[in-house]
Amino acid sequence: MRPSIVKAQPADVLKDASMIKQKEMMANHYNRLTSAHETGAKVASTFVPGNLNELIMCFDLVNNLPEVNAIQSGLRKQSGAYIMEAERAGHSEDVCTYVKSDIGMMMKGNIGPNGKKLPDPDVLLLSYTGCFTFLKWFELLREQYKCPTIFLQTPYMADGKVTPNMIQYMVKQLKEDVIPTLEKVSGVKFDIDRLREYLAKSAKAEDDLVYILQSGKNKPSPIDAYFGGIYYIGPIFGAFRGTDDAIDYYRFLREEVDQRIAAGLGPVTPDGPMGEEKYRLVVEGPPNYTHFRQFWKMFYDEGAIVVASSYTKVGGTYDYGFRHDPDRPLETLAEYCLGVYTNRSLPMRIDMLCDYINEYEADGLLINSIKSCNSFSAGQLLIMREVEKRTGKPAAFIETDLVDPRYFSAANVKNRLESYFQMIEQKRSSAGAAA
Amino acid sequence: MTQPTTSEIIARCEELYQDLNFTAARVWKEAKPGRKVIGYLPVYVPRELIHAAGMLPLGIMGGGDNLEVIHGDAYYQSYICRIPRSTIELGVSGRLDFVDGMLFPSICDVIRNLSGMWKMLFPEVYAKYFDVPQTYKDEIGGTFYIGEMREFLSDLEKIAGRKITDEQINTSIRVYNENRRLVNELYALRAAVPWQAPASEAYLVIRAGLLLPVEEHSRLLRQYIDAAKVEERPIKDNCKVVVTGMFCEQPPLNLIKSLELSGCYVVDDDFMLVSRWLIGDVPESGDPVYNLSQAFLHRSMSTAAKYEPNLEEKGQFLVRAVRDTGAEGVIFASTSFCDPALLDRPMLQNVLKAADIPFIAFKYAENSGQMQPIREQAGTFVDSIKLWSVA
Repeated sequence: MRPSIVKAQPADVLKDASMIKQKEMMANHYNRLTSAHETGAKVASTFVPGNLNELIMCFDLVNNLPEVNAIQSGLRKQSGAYIMEAERAGHSEDVCTYVKSDIGMMMKGNIGPNGKKLPDPDVLLLSYTGCFTFLKWFELLREQYKCPTIFLQTPYMADGKVTPNMIQYMVKQLKEDVIPTLEKVSGVKFDIDRLREYLAKSAKAEDDLVYILQSGKNKPSPIDAYFGGIYYIGPIFGAFRGTDDAIDYYRFLREEVDQRIAAGLGPVTPDGPMGEEKYRLVVEGPPNYTHFRQFWKMFYDEGAIVVASSYTKVGGTYDYGFRHDPDRPLETLAEYCLGVYTNRSLPMRIDMLCDYINEYEADGLLINSIKSCNSFSAGQLLIMREVEKRTGKPAAFIETDLVDPRYFSAANVKNRLESYFQMIEQKRSSAGAAA
Repeated sequence: MTQPTTSEIIARCEELYQDLNFTAARVWKEAKPGRKVIGYLPVYVPRELIHAAGMLPLGIMGGGDNLEVIHGDAYYQSYICRIPRSTIELGVSGRLDFVDGMLFPSICDVIRNLSGMWKMLFPEVYAKYFDVPQTYKDEIGGTFYIGEMREFLSDLEKIAGRKITDEQINTSIRVYNENRRLVNELYALRAAVPWQAPASEAYLVIRAGLLLPVEEHSRLLRQYIDAAKVEERPIKDNCKVVVTGMFCEQPPLNLIKSLELSGCYVVDDDFMLVSRWLIGDVPESGDPVYNLSQAFLHRSMSTAAKYEPNLEEKGQFLVRAVRDTGAEGVIFASTSFCDPALLDRPMLQNVLKAADIPFIAFKYAENSGQMQPIREQAGTFVDSIKLWSVA
């Protein structure tokens, strides 16, 4: 099948063929998850940053990602009620809304996006990478599910480097805690060659993912690397890394992107092909999911396109060269976890955003600061100032939340964006006048 | 030498507490050429290593309620706690210009990211994110922690310009063992006779230990304990409570006083955990880094910033604190926007419910000024315990 633009459901939303394919993959995965009891499959809950999908598959476990469930609840306008349910049960209004959405969903019967009940996990793989909240989140889930919980600690890359001590620590945890417990839970013996096979497949899909993300360097950019990027990262950050499905998907997507580059086209938005590319932005921070389309529309209506984003690196910084390496199976898993965006020090994050602005020839940096995500948000005002200083490009700051609809003020966000676009225009005019 | 009274000791401690220029630490540094000061944030760093390097470990617990935050607010959104912004204020206003290094312990994402901010803002100052293991097997977490401590020691050696020997570290361990014994003695005294050593006084005495050389602080502790024991003070019909959640951003002193005024005897707490993080003595001979790692892994306090691998053990530290001190209830006092404390709170409350221990909860910031709601809430809590508790 060749890529094309197709009409999808709901009827007024346009999607790329790759988006339809991605949606089908995700739907199939949720069906696999919700039928786990019937099929006898066992379920491992884990997180996107530090997701060890290749290892999980070695034990025939099905990967369940509570963050992705919360995102799905946000997109379906269900997270608000879930969050309030959790708050009524005693969870603070101050803390991460992914956690509260997940817990609220659990309290309301744990119904997945396909309308069926999600199974209780057989094991919680607490891969503690880049976010302190993960640690508490799985303690909360453990209290509920009372299932085995495996802790894998990823040291923080505070000094901008990976030390041998960090790698040894992680490999030891994998060898002595993670793998033996997964063997016990699943009843499947660990086969390192099976892991190598999956890792080789991961690397293939990662090559194509990088090609796709870096296509944002074209003018016009054939992709939106933030809103569209959410679709693109779904399979590889979720349950498909290491599979043939992922290889096929990213090859398909790459062809689609190549067609757009050849035709000089921008990305497809929910309202149709993107019009003239007026503003090229780099975005830092996660998006808001409760008003995803409305949020995106504020950009494409103004001709603004995101050419690179940090959020599409939370599940791996492949564009900085990392590939899963089947020749060093455990070490490569450790390096993967260590390198994810939120496990990188603030100076590393600043360097990365400056690189993006320069390499993607962006007009500036936009920070979407998320109220309930300290891992991303703490320090973003300094990031903004430093990136502005180094690149000479204007930066702007908006505030929303991941999945809490109470913290999305459309008028406020729109006003700020419009002012920001004016600021870019002024900067261009003054640059033109100076030349 | 005349034994000072409690009020004299407290006046001295309060002066240290109020001094946002850290004069005592500056004086210590200036007294001898080559002296260095290493600042650290909550919750825990092995101060023994800094001491062994001949340096002064200086606890930076934010700016409290007396610091006007002007620059710090420009670095943080409104939904982030106050300690990082007041710490930045201390830095950019020059109040920490004498500090030769800063440690940012692994406690939460905000303090973690602050370590990077510090590197950006003060590139000439040594800044380290001090990572600790969250897994507690000797050969896994222990080996990692030993590696981290050795790396830190190597950094200290570069700053000090000399080697740090095992003997020097063992000497420092001895000094800190003594200090911890005295801190624990003060806590035991307060739990047994809380009217003799009120929480607001104990707080100031312990807090002084973050600012003074440890040897001086141990003398001060001894003096306070001895003076508090013999002073005649009235016994009030207060309710014994354990306070939890204050392990990072510190409460304003007025908040502790308000709890006391509303009828609480605070008999245990998690203020400034660094002072008693390690439980019991650390061996004073042998490989000191190994001994410190063993103490951290197997004999250290529980707090929200630490992973509890055993579901059955989750929150039991709080139940034990209640039982050991004879407390009648628990007050969850958490900093606004504190992820570790606020995410942990529902789990701890479930444990208390199961143990039939009453509790209340409120939030605060280090600069909270309005104490009336807290007084009313705590007062009502105390009344309800007094009126309806089975005991």
